[in-house]
Amino acid sequence: MKQIFQRPKYLKDAVFHYCPGCGHSIIHRLVAEVIEELDIAEKTIGVPPAGCAVLAYDYFDLDMCEAPHGRGAAVATGVKRALPDRIVFSYQGDGDIAAIGTAETIHAANRGENITIIFVNNSCYGMTGGQMAPTTILGQNSSTTPGGRDSLRDGTPIDLSEMLAITKGSVYIERTSVNSPKNIRKTKKAIKKAFKIQMAGLGFSLIEVLSPCPTNWKLSPVDACKWIDETIVKTYPMKVIKDEAGNID
Amino acid sequence: MKRVVEGSEAVAEAVRLARVNVISAYPITPQTHIVEFLSEYCANGTMDARFLRVESEHSALAALIGTATTGVRSFTATSGQGLALMHELLHWTSGARLPIVMAEVNRALAPGWNIWVDQTDSLAQRDTGWIQLYCEDSQEVLDTIIQAYRLGELVDLPVMVVLDAFFLSHTYEPVDVPDQKLVDDYLPSWEPKFQLDTEKPCAFGPLVTPAFYMEMRHAIAGAMEDALEVFPRVEDEFEKIFDRRYGEIEAVSCNDAEIILVTSGTATSTSRLVVENLRAKGEKVGLLKIKLFRPFPVELVRKVLAPAKKVAVIDRNFSFGASGIFAQEIRAALCNTMKHPPVFGYVAGIGGRDVTADVIEDIYRRAKASDFPEGESVWVGLQEN
Repeated sequence: MKQIFQRPKYLKDAVFHYCPGCGHSIIHRLVAEVIEELDIAEKTIGVPPAGCAVLAYDYFDLDMCEAPHGRGAAVATGVKRALPDRIVFSYQGDGDIAAIGTAETIHAANRGENITIIFVNNSCYGMTGGQMAPTTILGQNSSTTPGGRDSLRDGTPIDLSEMLAITKGSVYIERTSVNSPKNIRKTKKAIKKAFKIQMAGLGFSLIEVLSPCPTNWKLSPVDACKWIDETIVKTYPMKVIKDEAGNID
Repeated sequence: MKRVVEGSEAVAEAVRLARVNVISAYPITPQTHIVEFLSEYCANGTMDARFLRVESEHSALAALIGTATTGVRSFTATSGQGLALMHELLHWTSGARLPIVMAEVNRALAPGWNIWVDQTDSLAQRDTGWIQLYCEDSQEVLDTIIQAYRLGELVDLPVMVVLDAFFLSHTYEPVDVPDQKLVDDYLPSWEPKFQLDTEKPCAFGPLVTPAFYMEMRHAIAGAMEDALEVFPRVEDEFEKIFDRRYGEIEAVSCNDAEIILVTSGTATSTSRLVVENLRAKGEKVGLLKIKLFRPFPVELVRKVLAPAKKVAVIDRNFSFGASGIFAQEIRAALCNTMKHPPVFGYVAGIGGRDVTADVIEDIYRRAKASDFPEGESVWVGLQEN
């Protein structure tokens, strides 16, 4: 019998702690598949965040170096500068990268650090229980915005990826989602390209992945996927935001 | 009215009762419930305050430096890493003499990541010029937050009200939530000595040369001494209205005690039980609870501890290269008395490990069995290997 599907080589045989319907499990798989396909596992180092993906080192069968909350881009910068021939990626949620860690992320991009960032956006602080994050969309209920986020009171959703695209040091930035098989395939392609850019030494790449969060959105997993298509994308459209690498295959 | 509330809710109720004008915070486990309750109060109109949902703890406290300088009552809450990130602003708050109040939920510092109780986060901030008060139960937390505004606003210093992660923050207890009217009688509105007011132009936070900087620092030291003097008055006024007081320290069965245990936070409640049980067996043991840590009530501590034969301090914290931090303070307080007991330092409950009655009794037995401390600290309950 021909085997057509299996656990990626670089995901450990561990049970994910993620909630049912969470996008992290899929995104972990995609990153692991890309690393396997590019045959870079032996020289890849991951930087997990504080947030829901804090236990990423329990799942990736790779060298991992935990960063303090929000400091992924800075820690990854240090690792990459010290070990320039390794492949270094940070894996961060929106509460990590687009809130407490905004400053170092912008500066890492602006310096053109040759690192790859996987930015998982569920539009709230997931692990602490769904409080409003800078990424929370207008009108979205959260445990600190009962009644919904109000722009006059709480500001507007932050477009971190677009901000990073403005920096001259960034090379490739794309926003995708994992809410459908089609989008999952597109996300994998984007992640693969981001890693290839780093392998080619071209500079800063980031993939923002819109990820369903049924628990904090208080939706069923199916409805959470629909909510991305019907609502979230109006604030965060899925698209290539910047691509200075072109076709690097 | 007596209600069964979570420790975090006790904090939030106190903040509402204190008529705080601005809350600025970034969520971090195990502080999150506090900000969620406060968000709810602001949203449902039971609290007339602005809630700033900022992007980090650093900005949370920086924003309050702005609000408090305009003369409005300001509050934040944090924990562990969040407090560490605030470090620069902690110095700024006290240097600017802003009576901001913070609820600090003691949490262990990373790495390794640990969300459970450990006092090293707040004790590491002992030199930042904040008054620090350690609470034992949720009633004390509620009362202390209200008192903290009174105290801080009298001496122009910020106040950190410290509570144990989960054992207090997430535990439900019966708590008397006082009437607003009574709290209003107790806590007058804040009348800042200086504030940003474009009608009366004023500049804050200037460059200060060596000619004056020392005097400014000395004034903060003086304010801390004032806080020691003012604290009993703050409690007297509180007791008159609410019939409760806690003391800077509390001595339990210490009068004839040969060995006195020293604790803070929730380990105190368990220790009360242990002392009672040991006393029933004829052991001459006492307990000293430390509530006020900054300013450290040196004279009061000396008075209780100096007559004892031995002192055994239980520290749920550690200063690497030195010892448990409460033990350090106790040693420093006692060393200038002519005759004082040896101080045994025990480290227990680090990173959320339970400090059970057995652990406390074991500490007592160890102190009883040795004539003199072998080292500065003994770590209790370490796993072998």
